[in-house]
Amino acid sequence: MGAQLRAVRRRIRSVQSTAKITRAQELIASSRIIKAQQRVHAAAPYARELSRAVEAVVNRSGQIDHPLTRPAERRTRAAVLILTSDRGFCGGYNANVLREAQSLGATLADGGMQVVPYVSGRKGIVWHRFRDRAMAGEWSGFSDTPVHANATEITRELLEAFDRPAEEGGVDEIHLVSTEFVSMLSQRPVVRRLLPLEVVQVDGPPPGPIAIYEFEPSPEDVLNALLPWYVESRVFHALLDSAAAEIAARRRAMKSATDNANELIEQLTREANKARQAEITQEISEIVGGANALAEAISGSK
Amino acid sequence: MSLRVELVIPEGELWAGPAEMVIAKTLDGDIGVLTGHAPVIGILAEGSLVRIRPDSGGDEVVAAVSGGFFSVADDRVSVLARQAELGSNVDTSWAQTALDAAVESAEPGGEEPSDVRYYRALLRAAGDRD
Repeated sequence: MGAQLRAVRRRIRSVQSTAKITRAQELIASSRIIKAQQRVHAAAPYARELSRAVEAVVNRSGQIDHPLTRPAERRTRAAVLILTSDRGFCGGYNANVLREAQSLGATLADGGMQVVPYVSGRKGIVWHRFRDRAMAGEWSGFSDTPVHANATEITRELLEAFDRPAEEGGVDEIHLVSTEFVSMLSQRPVVRRLLPLEVVQVDGPPPGPIAIYEFEPSPEDVLNALLPWYVESRVFHALLDSAAAEIAARRRAMKSATDNANELIEQLTREANKARQAEITQEISEIVGGANALAEAISGSK
Repeated sequence: MSLRVELVIPEGELWAGPAEMVIAKTLDGDIGVLTGHAPVIGILAEGSLVRIRPDSGGDEVVAAVSGGFFSVADDRVSVLARQAELGSNVDTSWAQTALDAAVESAEPGGEEPSDVRYYRALLRAAGDRD
């Protein structure tokens, strides 16, 4: 066997094993994505009821004045919570989030604010460490299956920072950069302001009349308890949505990797066949040439 | 007419169905909800029990909640807890170990931390089922 043929066959084998790995990853992601989506759906009732309750309090008092909704007089420091994945193999997922976070950081810096990053996910942490950017908080190990306790922990730290005055290392606002699961094929990085909370009146008539509630113990106490939970629930939702987006991105990246590998295998197989045929042709022409030469030699000597 | 009750935690729905009566503990004290109750939103006491008496006349559903709130309107009762477990699902030996560990790490003399209260509530909810 010729050297070229051997080299091509070796490459085919190596690409084949790569394809097997990416195909397996793709299948794993496909089976996980359904679970991740179910988790997002399961979390919806809690978030909905919480929003309704907050709405009820706001409706009752008309205007709310709460530390978590009050914009700072002087905005000097802004926290940015960035949700990335723990593992790679997911295409541009992390790059997109980090790019979005950077452009947000640039906008905030233009406004004269100091940006304080809080990072979740090993990829984002490594990205920041590599660039020697200090992080105020980092979490990892749960990017594809977050539980509520993760959101609780993150929120506790963010609220503590929000509570402190900026001069003592606190922050005046908190932004969230995460990835929204649009569909299996499309995930979009999104930037939201987490704090101070914006109280927005939703357009259109409310779904049914909102009852006039009584509050136990008092509207203020209810609001004091609800708002931190509301923030927590938004962080949890972002974690779940990002997890679904991460898995979908991984599935897609692995699918195109498998497709590319298969295409490459096809191409290499053709090359290998060509090399094999060229070898055979050469051998035949050598034999024929040899035979002719022999025949001529014999007829010449007669 | 009966109450429509849902017991919701961030990860999903723990229990849902028609019920005759719901008893919960707020910061001010126990509150019982029957049909036709006035709309109310109340904060649940940390580490308390929520009792739901199902319509079908079956066994009372007891759940331990770590904290949260409930809202009542139009005979709909939503109990939202940041952490909750039905008494029938509590792993008592796990809860006991967790409680011991939490008590151990709690500051002596200080106020009881919320996780200690929650683990106690878990054990109470589990004890109630017999």
